[in-house]
Order: sequence, then structure tokens, then C-alpha cells
Amino acid sequence: MAELRLPAPPRRHLLSIADLERGDVERVLDTAQSLAASLEREVKKLPTLRGRTVVNLFYESSTRTLASFELAAKRLSADTMSLRSAGSSVDKGESLKDTALTLSAYEPDVIVVRHPSIGAPQLVARLTDAHVVNAGDGKHQHPTQALLDLYTMREALGRLEGLQVAVVGDVLHSRVARSLVQALGLVGAHSLLVGPPTLVPRGIDALGCEVSHDIAAIADADVVYVLRMQHERMGEAFVPSLREYTALYGIGPARVRDGQVVMHPGPMNRGVEIDPRVADSAAALVTDQVRSGLVVRMAVLYDVLTVAPVEARVHAEVA
Amino acid sequence: MLVARNGRSDSLTLEGRVVAPAQGIDDALRITVTDGVIAAIEPGAAGSLVVAPAFVDPHVHLRTPGREDEETIRSGTEAAAAGGYCAILAMPNTEPVVDSASVLGALVDRAREDAVVPTGFMAAISKGQLGDELTEMAELAAAGAAAFTDDGRPVVSAGLMRRALQYSALTELRLALHCEEPSLSHGGHAHEGSVSAELGIGPYPSAAESVMVERDLSLAGTEGRPIHLMHLSARESVASLEHALAVGVSATGEVTPHHLVLTDEAIRSLDPNTKMNPPLRAADDREALRDALRRGAISCIATDHAPHARHEKDVPFEEAPFGVTGLETAFAALHTHLVVPGVLTLEILLERMSTGPAHAFGLVEPRIEVGARANLVALDLDAEWTVTEDGFRSLSANSWLLGETLRGRVVKTVADGRLVFEA
Repeated sequence: MAELRLPAPPRRHLLSIADLERGDVERVLDTAQSLAASLEREVKKLPTLRGRTVVNLFYESSTRTLASFELAAKRLSADTMSLRSAGSSVDKGESLKDTALTLSAYEPDVIVVRHPSIGAPQLVARLTDAHVVNAGDGKHQHPTQALLDLYTMREALGRLEGLQVAVVGDVLHSRVARSLVQALGLVGAHSLLVGPPTLVPRGIDALGCEVSHDIAAIADADVVYVLRMQHERMGEAFVPSLREYTALYGIGPARVRDGQVVMHPGPMNRGVEIDPRVADSAAALVTDQVRSGLVVRMAVLYDVLTVAPVEARVHAEVA
Repeated sequence: MLVARNGRSDSLTLEGRVVAPAQGIDDALRITVTDGVIAAIEPGAAGSLVVAPAFVDPHVHLRTPGREDEETIRSGTEAAAAGGYCAILAMPNTEPVVDSASVLGALVDRAREDAVVPTGFMAAISKGQLGDELTEMAELAAAGAAAFTDDGRPVVSAGLMRRALQYSALTELRLALHCEEPSLSHGGHAHEGSVSAELGIGPYPSAAESVMVERDLSLAGTEGRPIHLMHLSARESVASLEHALAVGVSATGEVTPHHLVLTDEAIRSLDPNTKMNPPLRAADDREALRDALRRGAISCIATDHAPHARHEKDVPFEEAPFGVTGLETAFAALHTHLVVPGVLTLEILLERMSTGPAHAFGLVEPRIEVGARANLVALDLDAEWTVTEDGFRSLSANSWLLGETLRGRVVKTVADGRLVFEA
């Protein structure tokens, strides 16, 4: 049977960093910067998205991402509501398709989706007329995290072009790492992935990054980006023990040289991938990242609603 | 044993460029079929049609019993007829599994009512396809099983695999093997490579297939028993097969249209209709498959037609089941993507879709000769058509070709002397 529904007109989403060009990244960061300036004022609310509706659809636990999307929408005067899988019809076995169609009936302008499965935001984009923002899908992408990380680096170091960023740890399970490496590539920064061979996926260098299994390789980096050891995504042991992992790849004071900054997407496993002495040091930008999250997500909501769509790059290769 | 519904044989003539590669025929001829038998072959006009021995598909999921919402014997064989097939072999991974003579017998009885195209039913190697105990192979063979397979699942235990090879010698039937080492494929949804690394999709490495292919070829050689390797996808598996053939192991291999046409680049769309088991692999794997098909090391094209209900594929990529349909698009897809651009000759394509699979499973070879039962397909190579969701005879529409315009169309199918499809 043919689909009865006409396809929605093309509209801007933020599904993957892979869909963006350098100009898109720079525009969002610049918007975030001017929004940050406006938030210095006493009244921290802008009328920009008054009358618009932003729905947060979260199928995975989240603190900072959900909180900052909610606050970002409110600071822009949008109406917002958040739906978590627990306590909703999802508990009763409703499919993502039906939940998306149900929410769609309220005609939201933006749906922000977090989901444990790769491709969930793409499905929501296909099924609804809303602009869709990916807030993390499985191990695939977390584009707003990458943008807020770039924003944080630019604020702290004054530039992105030519920056050397070492991403350390569990790359295999990290949507943050994938999005970040792609975003760094777009703005002319270099990335180096460092981790044990079982946690760096084969073929990842096709993203244009270098790979090392030796922690000493981070010495030349301007930024040491520490990834969370994702116990919750590991069904099996990828390293013999956390003790050995920390000994080989944990970021302690001895591994951070003067002038380097340290970042972490949170939540941190203190004492595993990052030593508390580093996490609490002046070199750590972790709270700056959280702060950036708010303005960058405001900028993203503004961007998808106001900038003309680009056709997603066509990748399918046939014959 | 192949079964089809009862009915009368037909009489008709087919005229055009007759191409039967296995018989060395390529001529403008007119074939007269009388009461289902080829009665005369005379010079004719080339016209616009190609007439060839009809196709044989050794790998079809008819989903019956258990999932008749996805496919039935009737709908699946109508799809086969529309695809130019005169014979298909159905997989036993149904609910319940075809692992006893009673389940098999019920299917055979149903096929005598419903099968538009002669259909053979494979039976399981292990009870419930659980990989623990052998099925009653002798009784299953007597009840008409076409071959043995645990397709959908591997035979994990090497010991059981060896015993299956030994015991199946009591029958004339061969084992058809789904080669997958689960400890390597576990959690995998896409080929391990740069695309899965970039997308973060759980990797299903080539080695998950090739180490099982190696093991099974080694056991088949030791036991002196023939095996058939299903849906090969990795170049390492192809190399193992060629090596085994060179040292005298009796083995055949099959490849699907989607593995011959697509690479893992296609999954960037995150379209669940690009998700199969084994997964789409890299360009050099595809090249190795094409090359092996050209040279005959892989002698069969099999669709691995795997219907899925719409709601099961209307989910995020990672949650979607593996498998795509293929019966109604196989010839057109391969003609469009391989023959038209000059990657494969028409002759090799026709041979690997017909004689190759028939030989691999000891089925009667569709031949164009006076006195033979008519198993013929008429093809319009210039016809263009667009694959649409509502254009299938199959009850399912999970095709990787939706929306694509293909060149080449089946216009008539004659299966065992009966006109089973006419466009």
C-alpha cells in the first residue's frame, strides 16, 4: 500500500555532523556567542521563539542534555515539554513510530530526540513535519555535544583552526567521539584518537583522524578530551580490568603538561578515566562545557527554525 | 523433491533471441510448447525478447508456517513466478521449525494446493535449529526434504557439524550452510569497516563468516561430503572456497543480488532495507564476489528473499530485523547494475540464476530441447520499470530497490510446463 501521507517539505534538522559544512558549524558557534552576550543581561529571556513549541523526546537517561535543551527553549520563550520513555506510553510498548506520530499531532516545531538506537532521529524526521534535533542516538552521533565542545575550545583557546585535540579512551562506544572528530575536521582542527585496540574501532581513521594506542602520544595536543568509560554499553569485557585501563590510559596529573586543557563530556568516572586532581584543576573545562551547552543548544534551536534547509549529502553508492 | 499445485499443462509458443548458455544456444528461434513439453524448436524472428531457461532460487523464506502475514506459499510462489523462477527452495526457519516429517508433510500438502511454482522445502539440520541434536534426516529425506540447513542460524558446534555431514550421507541430500561465528558477530549490525566505525554501528566482521567457511570446508573435505555455502559476502570466504575447490572439496556457493550490487556505503542512509545478514560489505568484497561469480567458483545467485512485516522494518536501523525481499527484482536489479554497465555478461547471469543452482541441489536442469518439460522465461531487456511498494506479489515490501527504476523485465514464465506468469 502506498503511503497516504505526503512527504513533509524539506526543512533543516540537526541529525548528524556529517550533514553539515564548515559554514554551518561557524554560524551556530557565532549565534551562540551573541546569545551568550545577551544572557549577561539581568533578564535572561529572549522573545526569539515565542509561540514555537519544542518537544524533548528522551528514551535514555540524561541530566545535562535534557536540562539544557529545556532551559534553552525557555530562554528563547518557546513552549516546551519533555517526554521520557519511563512513565509514558513507551512503557506500554508503544513504538517509536506511534509515539512520534502522536506527538506530531500537537504540531511541535522542533522535536529533540535521544534514543538508544542508531537511526531513531532519522525515523522521527521521516515521520513528522517537525525539525528534528538529535540529542544522541546509540553510538552514532551527538551533534550538539560536538558543537558545544567546539564552542568551549574556541572560547578557551581563541581559535579552532590548526588545534590539536587528543581524544582518549572508549572511542568504540562513544557517539561523542564520532561527532567531535567530524566537527573538528570541518573547522580545520586535527584529532588523534588514543585508546586500547579493543576500544578503537577498525576503520575509524577514515574520518581523517590519527590513531595511537600509546598514551604518550597526547603530549603534543592542545586539548586532551577524555571519554567516559561506558560500563553501561559494554555487554562484554573490552579491557581486562578498569585497574589496568586506568594505569594505561587514565588521565592523571603526570600526563597533563602545562598549557594543555582537559575536557570531558560527563558524567565523569572519577578515578577511572580521569583523576580527581585533574578534573578539579584549572586546566579542566568541564563546567565551561556545561555552560556552553545552554547557549549552543539555544543557537541550534534558533538555527534549525530559521535557516534554510540543505539537502542531506547523498552517500548511497550503487554499482 | 519439488511440489506444485495440481493443474493442466499449457501449450504456447515463445519466439525471440533464445539464450541457453549451458547448452551453447544463442539464436533467433521459435519454441513450441505442447501440453507442457517442448515440442519443436525452429528458426524464428529475434524480435525484442530474450527467451532463456527459467530461474532457480535455492534460498527463499516463505515464512510459512507461522508468519503468514509476511508471506504464504501462494504469495511467495506468485512472487517467484513474476521473477522468472521455475523452482525455488524454501528455508525451514519457520514457527515451528521444519525439523520433523509431520511439519514437512503438512507443508508439502499445502504446496500441492497453493504453490504456483514448483517448490522444495529444506529441513533443519538440528532439532529446533538449536544446534544440539540432529534431526531425523532419513525420515525427513523420505518425506521429501530438498536439503538440510539451519539457515538463519549457524551450526555453532564443530562436533555437531561433523556428525551432520557423516549422518546425512544416509540421504542423497546436501547440507546448505549459514556460516556465522556468533562470538564474532554478536551485537553486529553492519560490516566492520570505516562505515560502521563512523556510524557507530556494532561491527559484524568478515571473519565472523570466513572462519566458519574455513571450518566447514575443512570438515567437508575430511568427511568427503558435499556442502553448499549460503549467501557469501566476504572476500576471505571466497578465497577459502576457491582453495577448497582446488584441492578437491565438493562445495558450491551462492551470492545474493544485494551483495553483488551494494556496498556498506548504502547503510549511511540508515534505511532498514539495507540491513541484511550477512551485512553489505566493502567494495573489495563485492569485487571478489563478482569475480568469483564470473569465473564460476560461485555458481549460484540466490535471492535470500526475506519478507518482513512493515511495522517490523519501520523502526530505527539497529532495531530492525535482518533481510530484504528479492524474488521479483533479482533479474532486473542484476541486469541493470551488472549487465548493462558491462560488469557481467548476460550469458553468465542467466547461467548462474538457472543451471548453477539446479546443479548445486541436484534439481532437474531447465533445458531448451525437444522433449523436455518447459521451464522458460521471456525477458524484455529494454523495458524500464520502477520498483514501488504496491507493485509486489509478495505480501512484504522490504526491498532495497524501492523507488529505483530498473531496466529489464520478466514478461512470461513457464514453470514445469505451465504458464505461471504473464506481464
